Amino acid sequence: MAAGSDEPMIQTFEISKKFDDFTAVDKVSIHVDQGEIYGLLGPNGAGKSTLIRILTTLTVPSGGRATIDGLDIVKQAEEVREVVGLVSEKMIMYDKLTAYENLRLFAKLYNVSKKEMDTRIAELLQIVGMTKWADERIEKFSTGMKQRINVIRALVSMPRLVFMDEPTLGLDPQSTADIRDLIKRLRDKDGLTIVLTTHIMNEADMLCDRIGVIDRGKIVAQDSPSNLKSQIVEKGRTLVNLDLENPPVDAGERLKAIEGVLSVAQTENKVKVIVQNEDGFQQVLEGAIKNGFKVRNASVALPTLEDVFLHYTGRAMDDKLVEKPKSSGHRGHGPPGFRPRGRIR
Amino acid sequence: MAMVDDKENENIEEKKEAPKIKKAPPKPRAARKGGTINIRRTLSHSAWIAHKDLLEFSRNRVMLVMLFVFPLFMMVMVGYIFPSGSSVKDMPVAIVNQDNFNDTGQPGPESIMLVSTVRAINDNSHFFKFKNMTSEAKVKEAIKHGDEMGALIIAANFTNNLRTGGQGYITVLYDQSNPTISAQISAVLDQLVNQIGTQHAVMQVNQTTHFSLNVSKSIVTPYKVTNKGTIPGNPSYFQFLAPGMMMLVVMMGAMSGLPRAIAYEKDSGTLDGVLVAPTSRLSIILGKVMAQTVRAFIQGMVVLLLAIVLFGVTIHGSILLVVFMLLLGTFSFIGLGIMITSVASDESTASTFMMVLQFPMMFLSGVLFPIQQMPWYMQAIAKVMPLTYAAQAMRKIIVLGAGIQDIMSELVILIVFGVVLLAISIPLFKRTMTR
Repeated sequence: MAAGSDEPMIQTFEISKKFDDFTAVDKVSIHVDQGEIYGLLGPNGAGKSTLIRILTTLTVPSGGRATIDGLDIVKQAEEVREVVGLVSEKMIMYDKLTAYENLRLFAKLYNVSKKEMDTRIAELLQIVGMTKWADERIEKFSTGMKQRINVIRALVSMPRLVFMDEPTLGLDPQSTADIRDLIKRLRDKDGLTIVLTTHIMNEADMLCDRIGVIDRGKIVAQDSPSNLKSQIVEKGRTLVNLDLENPPVDAGERLKAIEGVLSVAQTENKVKVIVQNEDGFQQVLEGAIKNGFKVRNASVALPTLEDVFLHYTGRAMDDKLVEKPKSSGHRGHGPPGFRPRGRIR
Repeated sequence: MAMVDDKENENIEEKKEAPKIKKAPPKPRAARKGGTINIRRTLSHSAWIAHKDLLEFSRNRVMLVMLFVFPLFMMVMVGYIFPSGSSVKDMPVAIVNQDNFNDTGQPGPESIMLVSTVRAINDNSHFFKFKNMTSEAKVKEAIKHGDEMGALIIAANFTNNLRTGGQGYITVLYDQSNPTISAQISAVLDQLVNQIGTQHAVMQVNQTTHFSLNVSKSIVTPYKVTNKGTIPGNPSYFQFLAPGMMMLVVMMGAMSGLPRAIAYEKDSGTLDGVLVAPTSRLSIILGKVMAQTVRAFIQGMVVLLLAIVLFGVTIHGSILLVVFMLLLGTFSFIGLGIMITSVASDESTASTFMMVLQFPMMFLSGVLFPIQQMPWYMQAIAKVMPLTYAAQAMRKIIVLGAGIQDIMSELVILIVFGVVLLAISIPLFKRTMTR
């Protein structure tokens, strides 16, 4: 947290957004402190993007209210825009323009003075190592190069809060690492507040000071990554990961019947078992073998953010819609009919 | 792209001695407001947006080529398909001489003279390509097959009738499947026969009265009509077409350029970047409108240049007035463009709207055909279209050399139309941008 900041950078009070009969964001109350990286995690269609659009004044909430840096996002939208920067999933850049021309355009739109603009652009280009390519058109760049410019484009205005929607999506490993370094550096050296969405749990774990898990428009959990992880496996319990070969359909049910087992979550041949015993590993392994399962691998695991996500949303982050929807419950713009595969309790 | 990858690796080296970003001093909130600054900012922002749009436009090679090709294409297409007297040549027409002189079975001298005179006149104009045929039935067959487009049929007792103080019968036959062409053929044949008939009559009068040839002519045809326009020379169809075409191109640019530009930015996500900046919605439209105006203006000028250089169109009025009309045209149509932008959520919807609006304008506004040719109900529709007045004013300037006072009523209509549309469309646009 940056020193001397008394009010939160973002505060929302039961903010909602309805589209016809569908509620994209449902009475969300969060707060993001000055100078922290806040991770917003949720399955596709959970309401992440809509929440970001509300907070960046791109759309008006249909209920509740929110402040950014103490400014009301509806009544003081113009002022809010001066504080906020946006790195959207779709790159905000004009392909026919050069990197410099893109940066200059946005500096001008944010009323940055000429002198300030020149030093700022030069600095930012150097940080992402793109100084040489300043006068090349964006269309000639690789995805990684484009994303570097896309990120610094949001910074030319010297925002105090930046929203980054999937900033590392589709990037090569080197660019991914560079962008992550840049995000950390922005918080550590410049005291920027960053709201980040990502599909990569590992990334969220590494970068975020606090995380909000959003599902079906609601915030279902909000805390630091370590607290979130320790919350799902309480003291005196053990998380066991099993890797089974061709598990039968009722494998989950049969494992649950083992004495002391509290919950079972199965994703294909990987099974996560929580057992009520500090050293329940033996218990679970024996139970599995007794059931006739071929155990390829078994281990005691510390919960990951992935487990947290699975726990709260009932689905894995990288779940793709492969199977036909079983339920008719359609949840907005996300893929319809996701079937929760497992739940850890 | 191996080259780009190399570039990236170099970058990574360079990055290590990157400087620290200076922390931005928090801006005093009081300085963020201020009425007068906002107008200047709005203009400055819109200028930068316009600048960006024009840069993008100037770097899009396809668009640049289209800027020239599209008007040229339109001019050539529309200009050459329109039937004009001089452009029709060598129409296949049959001559059937059924004249039976004194039951010899041979054509008499009167019909022979008629045929040779017709042929002699046609040798100069090449309007027809004549072919002798023997019977009406055969001609009809040939027309059915499309080999002939009409026929001149001389009746059986042609010479005998004339020699006995009667009239010589001539039938003009034409292909009804092609009304425009057949109307021309029958008109020209009629005219040709009349001309020869008049000559014949003059000779007769001259022989019987012994008046001089001129007096004889004045007896036969006492009235002489000369057709003359108000400007020197003989205006071609292009002279009619070019002014309307200029306004049509401007209208299309103003109406379709804007929705396309904004729909494109919406789809690609860049519009969010502009909307999230502290830029007023007004400066976004203003910037886009400025860019589109420049574009439409350039396109209008291209049409004018093509018309002058390639199609021999001459401007009789003031060139400044022409320029003014191009700008006014953009102004009065831009509101429609903004309206389409506000109503259409994506590019294909915008395109559909444009088609629906542009087609009637194109055909009903007297750009391609004079509205006077249309039935009254179509003329009524034409009269509510702004393009009608824009094209009419431009035509008056270019063809008739009209001054600003001569086109006042058109100007007023266009200005009112533009103002009303903007008054409706700008609030509409602002509303749709913050849904």
